[in-house]
Amino acid sequence: MSASILIVAEHDGTTLGAGTARCVACATTVAQAEITVVVCATDASAVARQAAALRGVHRVLTVEHPIHAHPLAAAIAPQIAALAGPYTLVLGPSSTFGKDLMPRIAALLDTAQVSDIMAVEGPHRFRRPIYAGNAIVTVEIPEGTKVVGTVRTASFRAAGAGGTAQIEKIDAPLEPPSHTRFVSTSAAKSDRPDLQTAARVISGGRALGSAEAFQMLYRLADKLGAAVGASRAAVDAGYAPNELQVGQTGKIIAPELYVAIGISGAIQHLTGIKDARTIVAINKDPQAPIFEVADIGLVGDLFEIVPQIEKLL
Amino acid sequence: MKRIVVGIKRVVDYNVRIRVKPDGSGVVLDGVKMSVNPFDEIALEEALRIKERGGAEEVVVATIGPSDCQAQLRTCLAMGADRALHVLSDAPTEPLATARILLKLIEREQPFLVLLGKQAIDDDNGQTGQMLAALWRRPQATFASKIELGEGKAQVTREVDAGLETLEVDLPAVVTVDLRLNEPRYVKLPEIMKAKKKPLEALPLESLGVTPGAHLTTVRVAVPPQRQKGIRVENAAALIAALKEKGLLTS
Ligand SMILES: Cc1cc2nc3c(=O)[nH]c(=O)nc-3n(C[C@H](O)[C@H](O)[C@H](O)COP(=O)(O)OP(=O)(O)OC[C@H]3O[C@@H](n4cnc5c(N)ncnc54)[C@H](O)[C@@H]3O)c2cc1C
Ligand SMILES: Nc1ncnc2c1ncn2[C@@H]1O[C@H](COP(=O)(O)O)[C@@H](O)[C@H]1O
Repeated sequence: MSASILIVAEHDGTTLGAGTARCVACATTVAQAEITVVVCATDASAVARQAAALRGVHRVLTVEHPIHAHPLAAAIAPQIAALAGPYTLVLGPSSTFGKDLMPRIAALLDTAQVSDIMAVEGPHRFRRPIYAGNAIVTVEIPEGTKVVGTVRTASFRAAGAGGTAQIEKIDAPLEPPSHTRFVSTSAAKSDRPDLQTAARVISGGRALGSAEAFQMLYRLADKLGAAVGASRAAVDAGYAPNELQVGQTGKIIAPELYVAIGISGAIQHLTGIKDARTIVAINKDPQAPIFEVADIGLVGDLFEIVPQIEKLL
Repeated sequence: MKRIVVGIKRVVDYNVRIRVKPDGSGVVLDGVKMSVNPFDEIALEEALRIKERGGAEEVVVATIGPSDCQAQLRTCLAMGADRALHVLSDAPTEPLATARILLKLIEREQPFLVLLGKQAIDDDNGQTGQMLAALWRRPQATFASKIELGEGKAQVTREVDAGLETLEVDLPAVVTVDLRLNEPRYVKLPEIMKAKKKPLEALPLESLGVTPGAHLTTVRVAVPPQRQKGIRVENAAALIAALKEKGLLTS
């Protein structure tokens, strides 16, 4: 028997989010998966084409309504729940988009959600982290039960190109509720690589001491083509904006290279970098817990070391 | 009465390094320090500040869990909550069941605002608030870093991947809170004494007419793979050499 899987696409109106290709990759690890991607947008054509080109996708559904100019869970969830009938598994990325949306869908479907799926062990068995990633639990749902999941995107490599899925438009979209309205977004467009998908990340902690000092990290990052990240302490202190936070309550990332500068390595921070290929730590305290996970450690004062690195590059 | 309900979960304290049981049946909880989920403390703090500004008349905290949760409810009363509701359940409830039970309490209490944490740091599910909002057929605003109340509506600033997003929601609504919303107050000793006299109502789960139901079974709990021990380098030049050796600085 094949497993029919519905994936809710994340996008900004024109570009399919990187997390969706990783959801597709996760879905393809389910035996005999038949994968449908659904795009809710005002004009879904561009995003639907990108989804249809992902290898492994069988079908793309589009739902067009002006309300979907911004992703409102209250508007998208009833629409997805209405479409979910034939599917056994409904997936979204565990980005803030998916974390906000998917549980609302699950409740409307009167079913459970498995959050942060890191591996599929069988059609009804999934692995996910708990306790900030300090334990991994395998959960099972009874056969024949529908389940909703968010995909821990750092655990999967994005599905490649080569798909030729059909695109079908849903004719009568649901009338969304009016109780939730989009007001504004601060999303700063940056030319730097996206923290969530960058191959290299330079991260700073409380030790930087100021937003000005963080500029030093931006310069280093630019030389390396890297994204910049931050610890919660650095964000709380206002040295870096909140979207740069890495960790349990920030972003979970899996770059090739992660450089932690003046970050102690609290468990909540380490949760976010467990899947990094190589971790470099620069810290003046040789006992700092970050050194327990670092592949390359350098004990010393960041205000001396970072300028030296910059010069040597 | 203008009322706010705050959902509270008792969890392993965030400073504890948990241990997985050797038989893979769960994590060791015996003798481990338990606390109010840190996000729920922030939710309660926000409710108290709203009340102190005159935006609400009563703050009610609610938890579903074993009898031991009383200690955490008392902490919340000491922080300033007016009343506590304790739905007794020895077995942990899945988020959907938790949401169903919270909905029963909401139907009884008729709050204009429900504040929950964005996630409980034990299971890291991050589901209950959104599920509750869906079942209640009311708006949700998740990951809040700012809440401004108006007449019959609220503007909520949310921490999203791209930065900050502001939504307007009609009330009543469910808001789940993020870490930067506020910094919870410390509880002072006299408040702890006073809290002992505040009402704490215990409700047997059966009295609410909900059967929690479970969808998920735990097959096993395992220790995550450990990273291999790394190397130390002496200076910036050695660091760059080590990175080049790993092929990480070719371009
Ligand atoms: C529920 C919850 C969720 C959380 N979520 C997150 C999260 O998502 N992400 C996160 O990062 N944190 C999170 N935290 C916070 C976490 O517990 C730590 O408080 C935080 O990560 C500390 O940040 P830091 O390492 O920058 O600061 P600190 O712990 O203060 O470390 C600073 C480090 O800099 C070093 N240092 C100082 N001066 C220098 C110098 N001149 N040169 C070199 N090194 C120097 C020090 O030796 C120290 O190790 C969370 C906490 C809670 C309770
Ligand atoms: N057993 C519970 N009793 C009361 N509130 C809860 C309970 N479990 C979760 N919550 C609330 O729901 C939030 C999210 O929890 P979760 O969905 O489990 O990550 C928590 O921060 C609490 O505010």
